[in-house]
Amino acid sequence: MRSIPTGPRPKHLTIGRIGLYCFIFVCAIFFLMPLYVMIITSLKDMDEIRAANILNLPKELSFYSWPKAWSQACTGFVCEGLKPGFFNSVKITVPSVIVSVGLSALNGYALAFWRFKGAYLFFGLCLFGAFIPYQVMVYPLLKIEDALGIYSTLPGIILVHTIFGMPILTLIFRNFYASLPIDLFKAARIDGGNFIKIFLYVIIPMSAPITIVAVILQVTGIWNDFLLGLVFAGRDNQPMTVQLNNIVQVDYGVAEYNVDMSATILTSLVPLFVYFISGRWFVRGIAAGAIKG
Amino acid sequence: MKNNVEVKNISFSYGKTEILKDLSLDIREGEFMVLLGPSGCGKTTLLNCIAGLLDLTDGQIWIEDDNVTWKEPKDRHIGMVFQSYALYPSMTVEKNLSFGLRMMNTPKNIINEKIDKAANLLQINELLKRKPSQLSGGQRQRVAIGRALVRDAKVFLFDEPLSNLDAKLRAELRYEIKKLHRDLSNTMIYVTHDQIEAMTLADRISVMKDGLIQQLDTPKQIYNKPANLFVAGFIGSPSMNFLKASYDKSNKKIIVGKKQIDISKYENINNLMNDQGVVFGIRPENINIEKNENSIQCKVELVEPMGADTLVWTSVEGNPISIRLEGSSNFNLNDEINISFDINKSSIFDSKSEERI
Repeated sequence: MRSIPTGPRPKHLTIGRIGLYCFIFVCAIFFLMPLYVMIITSLKDMDEIRAANILNLPKELSFYSWPKAWSQACTGFVCEGLKPGFFNSVKITVPSVIVSVGLSALNGYALAFWRFKGAYLFFGLCLFGAFIPYQVMVYPLLKIEDALGIYSTLPGIILVHTIFGMPILTLIFRNFYASLPIDLFKAARIDGGNFIKIFLYVIIPMSAPITIVAVILQVTGIWNDFLLGLVFAGRDNQPMTVQLNNIVQVDYGVAEYNVDMSATILTSLVPLFVYFISGRWFVRGIAAGAIKG
Repeated sequence: MKNNVEVKNISFSYGKTEILKDLSLDIREGEFMVLLGPSGCGKTTLLNCIAGLLDLTDGQIWIEDDNVTWKEPKDRHIGMVFQSYALYPSMTVEKNLSFGLRMMNTPKNIINEKIDKAANLLQINELLKRKPSQLSGGQRQRVAIGRALVRDAKVFLFDEPLSNLDAKLRAELRYEIKKLHRDLSNTMIYVTHDQIEAMTLADRISVMKDGLIQQLDTPKQIYNKPANLFVAGFIGSPSMNFLKASYDKSNKKIIVGKKQIDISKYENINNLMNDQGVVFGIRPENINIEKNENSIQCKVELVEPMGADTLVWTSVEGNPISIRLEGSSNFNLNDEINISFDINKSSIFDSKSEERI
């Protein structure tokens, strides 16, 4: 029966739609399956794990692997679990994020509004810097830090993270600021602002969306980093990822899969948490011109 | 009268493109100067140079007998209003107004006093606690004007402030800017491409094209005696009618195709030479429908009733001609009419130099 078109258009379930939903469903399964396995394995005891029914739910819930991973599992010769690694990671991440985001915002602002001679060349170098693989720089940086006497120290690893974060962050901030109306900046100059005052009172209050994007990128990047933490942090400041590796890579004794799984989940909790509380802002920040050049 | 702003032989280039070329302009104290021209003529660039937002390639800028060529915008005693309003989005209206004063560490009671005064003048008292995003376009532009007011600027710069507003608001704010100038009598420099704004607001208009000033004069002079073809065509809506012609000195007539027009009443007729190629320009309102020995017969091709007046389109020897008549006049398509030109009010240009004769 045909009805007269009026009001909202009726919704039809087309073949394309069904295909799309199937695809989304498969994707979701693909990404959720490992997480499911990790969680249920961490809740089994070793006997059940040895029974090798990897997808089965635990017959009996056992939580002992979680506190063990947190404070008793052995990382090399010490058996204090991931706890020291967690606090090391916090000590590395917080200052690195603050310093790199702050400096990059200032850089991006200078590049977008105070077009000095050679600004374009500098911008090009930044772009280039954002794509250089870390490995190339590790050895020279190590020698430099050694000469400065900060190799294997907390300031040493913070400096490294700041250096590696700045090209891409500067790029992001510059592009965001370039999308702001230039008249605002002109008005602020006439109103008597200087370089720093305009940045503090006019630009920073408008930077919330892009700052959140930058913070998310940096927190997850630095928290998940393994290579730089291993090379530059030194024994006393090993981040959580390095300790996780030490727990999982046992050379002797029995591999305790449930503890490994708990430890892995614990390590990934911080980036997950960051995504969940700020996902909305992340999308908004990207929409605000963060990525488009 | 004293000059308030003096622009002395300035040039400005952007890369290799020369936007302003050796331009000079004196603006008198208390004058309302309008910079008028099509987009890309350099009028906004000139305004930004006066404000100090762009560095000159050459020349000097003086404000109140002070060479400000190398001074920062904030030290030039200017206030500026932008087309995009440029209000600080994170601040309330009150904070927007006081930003400049706070930057100069003005005491709080003086800030409040000045904000009160500006808010009263612009009727934005009720909006002080709001954010710019909660204001309409007209309100935003009022706040932007207020921001210039509180700074006690000696010179106000307006960069197409009304271009983003709808027609009704534009007329309203235009009226208010004019009133503001009457009450404050500050020097104001106003950039626009809208000739109605220019005509209504200006004490003097400087018509610009390609980085050069084409004519600098009062609105009346510019309208009635345009210096060249460009100015004549740019000012006036509907624009001036042009007829290509040559001059016959013995009869004091110009010849347009097969038609002849007696121009013996033209003011500068003695400057014309025999056989000189000219462009005869006449405004739509200076054409009358009447039959006399000098009139030309033609047909009505289109009628545009505009309320107060009616625009009748016809053509003379293939050149379209518009005639502005009373709103009550009644013409139909293909009516035969006789038109005659008011030669006193016409302009004749040399067809090569395009200058008015």
